[in-house]
Amino acid sequence: MSELNLEIDGRAVAVPPGATVMDAAVKLGIYVPHFCYHRKLSIAANCRMCLVEVERAPKPLPACATPATDGMKVRTNSAGAKSAQQGVMEFLLINHPLDCPICDQGGECQLQDLAVGYGKSASRFEEDKRVVPAKDIGPLVAAEEMSRCIQCTRCVRFGQEIAGVMELGMIHRGEHAEIVAFVGRTVDSELSGNMIDLCPVGALTSKPFRFAARTWELARRKSISPHCGLGSNLVVQVKQNRVKRVLPLENEAVNECWLSDKDRYSYEALESGERLTRPMLKDHGQWREVDWPQALERVAAELTKAAGSVGILATPHSTLEELYLAGRLAQALGGSADFRLRQSDFSGDAKRGGIPWLGMPVANLDGLDRVLVVGSFLRKDHPLLAQRLRQAAKRGCRVNVLHSVDDDWLMPIANRKIVPPSELLEALRGVNGTPIGESLRSGRNVAVLLGNFAQQHPQAAQLQAAAQALGYPIGFLGEAANSVGGYLAGLPVGGNAASALGHKALVLLNAEPELDCADPQTAGQALERAQFVVALGAFRPARDGADVLLPIAPFAETAGTFVSTEGRIQSFHPAVRPAGDARPAWKVLRVLGNLAGVAGFDYETLEQVREACLRGKDLAALLSNRIDLAASPAAPAPQGLQRIAEVPIHFADALVRRAPSLQKTRDAQPPRAWMNARLMQQLGVSAGQPVLIRQGSGEARLAAALDDRLPEGCVRVPAAHASTAGLGAMFGTLGVQAVAVGKAA
Amino acid sequence: MLSPESLRRIDREIAKYPAEHKQSAVMAALIVAQDEKGWLATETMDFVAQYLGMAPVAVYEVASFYNMYNLEPAGQYKLTVCTCLPCGLQGSLDAADHLKARLGVDFGETTADGRFTLKEGECMGACAMAPVVLVNNKKMHDYMSNAKLDALLDELRKR
Ligand code: SF4
Ligand code: FES
Ligand code: FES
Repeated sequence: MSELNLEIDGRAVAVPPGATVMDAAVKLGIYVPHFCYHRKLSIAANCRMCLVEVERAPKPLPACATPATDGMKVRTNSAGAKSAQQGVMEFLLINHPLDCPICDQGGECQLQDLAVGYGKSASRFEEDKRVVPAKDIGPLVAAEEMSRCIQCTRCVRFGQEIAGVMELGMIHRGEHAEIVAFVGRTVDSELSGNMIDLCPVGALTSKPFRFAARTWELARRKSISPHCGLGSNLVVQVKQNRVKRVLPLENEAVNECWLSDKDRYSYEALESGERLTRPMLKDHGQWREVDWPQALERVAAELTKAAGSVGILATPHSTLEELYLAGRLAQALGGSADFRLRQSDFSGDAKRGGIPWLGMPVANLDGLDRVLVVGSFLRKDHPLLAQRLRQAAKRGCRVNVLHSVDDDWLMPIANRKIVPPSELLEALRGVNGTPIGESLRSGRNVAVLLGNFAQQHPQAAQLQAAAQALGYPIGFLGEAANSVGGYLAGLPVGGNAASALGHKALVLLNAEPELDCADPQTAGQALERAQFVVALGAFRPARDGADVLLPIAPFAETAGTFVSTEGRIQSFHPAVRPAGDARPAWKVLRVLGNLAGVAGFDYETLEQVREACLRGKDLAALLSNRIDLAASPAAPAPQGLQRIAEVPIHFADALVRRAPSLQKTRDAQPPRAWMNARLMQQLGVSAGQPVLIRQGSGEARLAAALDDRLPEGCVRVPAAHASTAGLGAMFGTLGVQAVAVGKAA
Repeated sequence: MLSPESLRRIDREIAKYPAEHKQSAVMAALIVAQDEKGWLATETMDFVAQYLGMAPVAVYEVASFYNMYNLEPAGQYKLTVCTCLPCGLQGSLDAADHLKARLGVDFGETTADGRFTLKEGECMGACAMAPVVLVNNKKMHDYMSNAKLDALLDELRKR
């Protein structure tokens, strides 16, 4: 279809059919005042702020909801348009409390800004204003001053359209209309914080940030999220060397204008009381604070002593530079280093064609018309990738799922196959003969995506091979900020995350082994067995397994680089100075290298480290999801109940574990032992009753919970949580036993 | 939660719409639920939401938008007087005052014996016959002079 030619404020513009007057104005860079319009949301046209004059139209029309037509002549600025806009503003302000001096939104409020342009200096309204009661809708979003709400319904539409769940609604009508959550409910979406950004006034504000600073006092520093593999772009807002708030930095190719709550609120952990601020040594079982030289010398001496057997375990949330130096250190001292701590199958290591990655740019997810997601807690592991697929599904993409649990992804699922973990591989191999296979065959732009669960699976390499054998492009949903970067940094070195545990000296980089490793029990035993353990971390470890603790600077306090799951190399600067004596880990590793006499370790700057790491590497050429692996015969069915372990969203890394507001959310509720009704009956337990979970040498006491969509013979017991840290492998079998009530304590 | 009979009635309403638009039956479903329960408690709205596969707050939006839904327990007879402008000009406010005096309650209140609830309503499309009073959302009485109002109350009391 041909373009439509119209004229706005005397300037010609051409837009595709279906575009609105607002779209055309945006294209010309003409600003039309608005509140309810948002380019990512459906059109509501309920604020009327965007009224413009259109030639031959008898009255002003809302630009956001008026389709552009050929030959249209629009005036956004004429006397008529202006007076309409001023009239709307007067109405909007009638019931607004005008309490800007005590409003958290003051200084970044669209109503305040537009009132300057379109409002009168005094109100003609002398009657009583309406008062709307405050609401408690959860720990993240404050709805304390709902009298400020202008009923734009952006927050409601966000829930319906972007988060996929309508948690806020507008009840009553007219004068009595108000925004509420359903009686007694809270807003629990993992994307809820975006409503704060969308709310054009100070009705919805950030609970953790409230009254902590004025927006104009805040320095804005760009950064990159250290959490999931997406690599969301951030603006870290700082006052007096303290991170006060984190907002999205718009990047259409990555996070668009959104952030997950995890990315938005994890900064709170920076001020956690558990921060490690001084190096510490254990002498005869007693911890004492020491200065850096003393600590480093001790570590260097111990590592040299253990030369040939140094294991370095780094989380994939570490920076590229940290991981590069860790790898080089392991190489030089003799030993191994790895970052894939939650993975358990390394049989693909020599068989891969390159670095496993998303297989396409993130933005290409939007254009898929068929997708199979294998082994993923998608919504909680990758909130914004889930959001992209949700939008794709809205445009007709058929989303198919192969997994061991059937969680609600808040999007239409075309076909789902839910099998025990031990049958995941066979199910994937046989997928072509199922409705899923049929669905994939009918597509033109198809992808098979492997999630965290598939990557952590004991047959991960075979799963990759089986996915490849389907003949569609495949992709990995990178678990962490540097799941691709770790490979680019040259890791693994000299073995893998499992074999690294066997060394005499262990170096933990950001890692809390009982929470971050595939098998907390073996990791714990390795720590006990090791002659020497040094932990580089930002927090005091919950479990006392180390001999030396070195305080390092986490996200926002250090510079570095993350390579996202789509292979986007994103470097960032520190937003604030490190707390206490904490130092950037790359410097600590460099000094350790120097002290241990490693050659060529004289980096002066981070840029030199990055340069050395990336020199001669062409990332695009290194990325590949190809694998050359002969199909193994099916593994025998395991004896006993199979564990299905997820990593709960707000326990995935050291930072979020210590973010107080996130810890108050529903997503952070203590894990339970989920099973289906039949299993409950077999075991003689009922929902809510305490059960004893035994795995290997450890046990955990959890409340039983019913999830009838779980496959037979499986218990869902989350990992990465203190209450289950005593258990064994994330994939494995376990015993469940009812605890007689009364003895539960 | 709801009786098999009510569910049957709701299913009949659902059947009027394409399967993927079950939610279109929300108003009818709420009426059925209210017929059975007398009012729409949180649990009732929650149930209807689940039954129709929609967000509870979306059901709440509908239930709170229209006057015919009772979000609180109501008396045996709910009398709704239209007080919109055309009716107001035709004396509906006087009629409302008369009812208030006779019943001893204000708008939104229920008589102590639990028999009558008085409500303010919006245009019922019967402006020409003002004042109008709607009984229990179902039966409309028009041209309500004070004498006719008294007769109505007497009749309802006798039932
Ligand atoms: S709370 Fe904010 S976003 Fe929601 S309707 Fe009111 S003004 Fe709009
Ligand atoms: S922006 Fe157009 S009506 Fe609100
Ligand atoms: S105004 Fe009362 S019925 Fe129309």
